[in-house]
Amino acid sequence: MIDFIKQIINGLQIGSIYALIAIGYTMVYGIVKLINFAHGDIIMVGSYISLVSIPQFISLGLPVWLCIVVSVAFCIVLGVLIELIAYRPLRSAPRLCSLITAIGMSLFLQNLFMLIFTPNFRPFPQVFDVEPLKISEVQVPFNTMLTIVVSVALMIALNLFVKLTKTGKAMRAVSEDEGASRLMGINVNRTISVTFAIGSALAAVGSVFYSNAYPLVEPTLGSMLGLKAFVAAVLGGIGIIPGAMLGGIVMGLAESLTKAYISSQLADAVVFGILIVVLLVKPSGILGKNIREKV
Amino acid sequence: MVNKDVRNATLINFAAVALMFGVLMLLRTTKVINNYYSGILVVVCINVILAVSLNLTTGCLGQIALGHAGFMSIGGYTAGLFYKAMQSAGLEGYHIFAAGLLLGGLLAAVSGVIIGIPALRLRGDYLAIITLGFGEIIRVLIENLKFTGGAQGLRGIPRLSTLPVAFIVCVISVTLLTTLMRSRHGRAILAIRENDIASEACGVHNTYYRTLAFTIAAFFAGIAGGLYAHYIGILGAQNFGFMRSVEIIIIVVLGGLGSFTGSIVAAVLLTILPELLRGFADYRMLAYSAALIVLMIFKPSGLFGTYEFSLVRAIRYWMAVFRKERDPFARFKRKARAAQGKEC
Repeated sequence: MIDFIKQIINGLQIGSIYALIAIGYTMVYGIVKLINFAHGDIIMVGSYISLVSIPQFISLGLPVWLCIVVSVAFCIVLGVLIELIAYRPLRSAPRLCSLITAIGMSLFLQNLFMLIFTPNFRPFPQVFDVEPLKISEVQVPFNTMLTIVVSVALMIALNLFVKLTKTGKAMRAVSEDEGASRLMGINVNRTISVTFAIGSALAAVGSVFYSNAYPLVEPTLGSMLGLKAFVAAVLGGIGIIPGAMLGGIVMGLAESLTKAYISSQLADAVVFGILIVVLLVKPSGILGKNIREKV
Repeated sequence: MVNKDVRNATLINFAAVALMFGVLMLLRTTKVINNYYSGILVVVCINVILAVSLNLTTGCLGQIALGHAGFMSIGGYTAGLFYKAMQSAGLEGYHIFAAGLLLGGLLAAVSGVIIGIPALRLRGDYLAIITLGFGEIIRVLIENLKFTGGAQGLRGIPRLSTLPVAFIVCVISVTLLTTLMRSRHGRAILAIRENDIASEACGVHNTYYRTLAFTIAAFFAGIAGGLYAHYIGILGAQNFGFMRSVEIIIIVVLGGLGSFTGSIVAAVLLTILPELLRGFADYRMLAYSAALIVLMIFKPSGLFGTYEFSLVRAIRYWMAVFRKERDPFARFKRKARAAQGKEC
C-alpha cells in the first residue's frame, strides 16, 4: 500500500511537469494551430541555462534557486525570438511547412547546444536542499512536494489570467477567429508573442523541476520529454488549458504505475497506447468538445 | 490495344533507365565509384523509395504521416529474420532475398491496413500524432521482444543490397508508384486531397482510397526497410525512431508535396549533402537544420512544387527548339486542344 502511494506521488510529480510543458504546446496550438516541436528543446535550453547560472549564484552568495529566474527570462526571450524569426513568416503558408520549420528549429537548437556543451551528460546540482516531509510512514521529498504545489499554483494562476485579464481575453479571441479579432482591434502579433512567452516561461520552470528529479542534462533531453508532454496535451484536448493539466497528470500516473507494476521498458508504449485509444474513441481529447464538420 | 504514344514513351523511358544502369555499372566496374560511394548510392536508392512512398500519403493524399519509419522497421526486421531462418534451413541466394523483401513489404502493408483503418478517420494534425504514436509503439515493441534481438539488435544479416540490386528495386518501386498515380485510382486519391467532400459526392469511395494509399505507402516503406536491413547488416530499434520518420518527411516537403520528381531529387541531395559536409563534421547538422528553416521560409512549396519531370516531353521540347519552331510548346498546346475537342 505504501509502495502504491509512493508510486502515485511519483506519478503526480512527473505528471505535473508534463502538465507544465503541455500547457506551452496546447496554448500555441490553440492560437496558431502549430505543433511547436521546438518547445521540447526550450526545456533543454532552460536546463542548461540554470546549469550555467548556478555556479555564478553560488560565488555571489545568493540562493541557488534564483537560477529559475534566469532560466525563465532566457527562455521567454528565446521563445518569442523563435516565433518572430521562424514561425511568423510562415503563418499563412500550408500547415505542413510550419511543422517542418518547427522540426528544423528543434534540430537547430539541439545541434547548437551539442556544439556549445558537447553531447555528454552533465550532472545537475540539487537546487532545493531541504529535509523530506514525513506523512506517517510515507516520506515525500521536498522537491516532489514543491514540484506539485508550484505547478498547481502556476496552472491556477494561468487559468485566472486567461479568464480574467484583457490579454487573456485577447488570446481566447485570437484562437477562436484570428481575422475577426484583428477587426475588433486586437494586436494579433503581440498576443501570439505573449502566448509563446508564457509557454516558454512555464517550460523553463518545468525544466528546473525536471532536472532536479532526473539530474542529468544532455542536448537531446527535450525531444522525448517534449513528445510526451505533447501527447499529454492531445490527451486532455489540445487547445484547452485545463485539458493539458489533466492530460499531464493522467500520463504521469500511467507512466509511473506501468513502470512499477508492469514493465519499465514498456512505459512509453503504454503512454502512446493510451493516446491512440483516446484519439480513436474521442478524437478531440478528454475535455474536448466535438465540432461537427460543415459542408 | 496500347496507344502508340504510350508505347513509345515507355520504350524511351526504359532505354533511359537502362542507359543509366549501364553507366552506373561501368563506373562501378572501373572503380570510379568505390565502395564508399557505392554505399552512399545504396542509401540514396533506399531514401528515394521511402520519400516517394511517403509522398503518396503526404503529397498526393494530403495527410501528414509521421510513422513511416515504423513500417520501414517492420519490413526490415521481417526481411532480416526471414533470410536468417532460410539460411539456417540451408537456403540462400538472391531469390530468398527477393522473397524476404516482398514478405517484408506485405507485412508492412498488413500493418498499414490495421493502423490505417482506425487512424484515417482522423484528419490533419491528429493523423500526424496518431501515426507518430504507432511508430513509437512499434519501436518500443521491437526493443522489448525476444526474437528481434531486443536492444542489442538483430545481427548477422548478409549484406546483399549491392548497388545494382538497390537501383533495380528503386526503379521498379518508383515506376509502380508513378503508374499508380497516373491511373484511375491515382486520380481518385488526388481528388480526395483537393476536396474530400466533393470527391465523396462524385462517387469516390473515400475511406477505401485513403486506406489504399496508406497501405501502398506502407508496402514500399517495408521494401525499403528490407533493402536497408540487407545493406546495414545489423538492425537496431534506435535506427527507426521518430527522427527517422522526420528525415523522410523533410525530404518529401523539401522536394515538393505531390511531386515524385522533387522527392527523388531531394532524396539524392539530402543524402549526399551531409556526406559532402563531413569535413565540417561539427557544424554539419547545424547548417543542415538552418538551411531547412531558411528554405521553408523562402520557398514553402518545396524545390519542385507539384512539377513532374517527363523525359518524353523534354525530348519533344528540345526537338522543337532544334527545328527552330517559334513556340516550342505549340505541339503540346495543339494536342491539348485536340484532346479537349474530343471530350466535348
